[in-house]
Amino acid sequence: MTSLPTKRDEAWRYSDLAALGRVWPVPVPDKIIVAAGDSRRLSLVQDAAADQVVVRDYTVEIGVGASFAMQLVNTGGQLGRVAMDVTLYEGASFDLDAALIAGEGQTVELITTVRHFEANATSRQTVRGIAGGKGTISYLGKVAVSRDAQKTDSVQSVKGMLLDRTATVNAKPELEIFADDVKCAHGATVGELDAQALFYLASRGLPPAEAKALLLRAFVSGLFDGSADEAQFTAAIDAALERLL
Amino acid sequence: MLQIDNLHAEVDGKAILKGLSLSLNAGEIHAIMGPNGAGKSTLGYVLSGRPGYEVTEGSVTFEGADLLALAPYERAAAGLFLGFQYPVEIPGVSNLQFLREALNAQRRARGEEPLSGGDFIKRARAQADALGLDPEMLKRPVNVGFSGGEKKRAEMVQMGIIDPKLAILDETDSGLDIDALRSVGAGINTIMRKPDRAVLLITHYQRLLDYVKPDFVHVLAGGRIVRSGGPELAHQLEAEGYADIAA
Repeated sequence: MTSLPTKRDEAWRYSDLAALGRVWPVPVPDKIIVAAGDSRRLSLVQDAAADQVVVRDYTVEIGVGASFAMQLVNTGGQLGRVAMDVTLYEGASFDLDAALIAGEGQTVELITTVRHFEANATSRQTVRGIAGGKGTISYLGKVAVSRDAQKTDSVQSVKGMLLDRTATVNAKPELEIFADDVKCAHGATVGELDAQALFYLASRGLPPAEAKALLLRAFVSGLFDGSADEAQFTAAIDAALERLL
Repeated sequence: MLQIDNLHAEVDGKAILKGLSLSLNAGEIHAIMGPNGAGKSTLGYVLSGRPGYEVTEGSVTFEGADLLALAPYERAAAGLFLGFQYPVEIPGVSNLQFLREALNAQRRARGEEPLSGGDFIKRARAQADALGLDPEMLKRPVNVGFSGGEKKRAEMVQMGIIDPKLAILDETDSGLDIDALRSVGAGINTIMRKPDRAVLLITHYQRLLDYVKPDFVHVLAGGRIVRSGGPELAHQLEAEGYADIAA
């Protein structure tokens, strides 16, 4: 693709194209190949300064019986976009845990295409998004199951939290299935902080910003429990929440 | 300690409290009894500042300060504690983490040093032991999966850890079996029966008052205190019902 995308391109529909124009054309995707039987993981904290534009593309091939786990905290930039195109071969597995946090003026995106190319592969995507101010979070997650990819087991769970009436969360799971014996689950919810819980915390002495931070950390907690980079993820989330609240 | 004067409050535009006046001194335990819908829980929520409960007239003074001018968290730091009739479940947040943050936020607001992790754990364990709550439960998320009785015990553990000046306990006895009632009652006495503390017990029934002896009993009906007296009033209510007294 050489010309700047438009809003007609589904994958760019909710993006900040003016910001994108500042860095276009973006570099070719990083290519990650996990050889048959191998196991790899990748941690990414994208916390660029608020005036930056960051677009990270990955093409991932997960070989027969191999596994790949991606853990992502995406909170930085005027536009902070991570896109992954993942292909799974026989019996491969793909795990994605992602926290997306956008404050005033930010567009934070995660775009995934997971291609179950052969049978018996599993994919699991867990995404938590928090948007405040006029921030925008988008998760566009496509799962494409080929005709031969029987016994595919795929799950997408997306939960969005709106801190202000001016914030936006776009959650779009998309399934394209050509095999007839597969399990493809997807769930998406968007809500706001529980007023009862906030009052309960306040009644015990927590100021509003601390009460919200406590509930929001709980909202994304569990994504990175036990991860080798847990401390780094927690610090990035705390810093993002502090900016937001 | 607490002066409520001619308090009027409404919820969703509907008047619930209609000129309630009440005065509590340090060292006193007051019980507020009354039929369903009298405004008992509303009183607790108005005093603790729950959003949606709007004061339309009257004043509340707590230790000389205008309580109604304070945000809920400031009221807590000033020494007010609300024991919830239905304690809220908060998934993903452990009791210890929540209470330590809350306690230290209060201490910070009062210009005190935060409590260290070790000191806090000691204090939390001691309170859990005193209330007959398995200290392991403090590691679990706030009220999640707790039985009705465990939630009420946990409320009292929270009260013991926070050590407020004034506790407003909203039907802390509901959902308790006899043993839990006894230990919760003993907990209230241990934590709050002191010369510089005060308690406002909101209850339907006499039974909690067998364990926590009130100095004064008030009957709340139609949004106002319609009758006040000593402990004997609670017995009279239990025997005769609210209908005649509240009429």
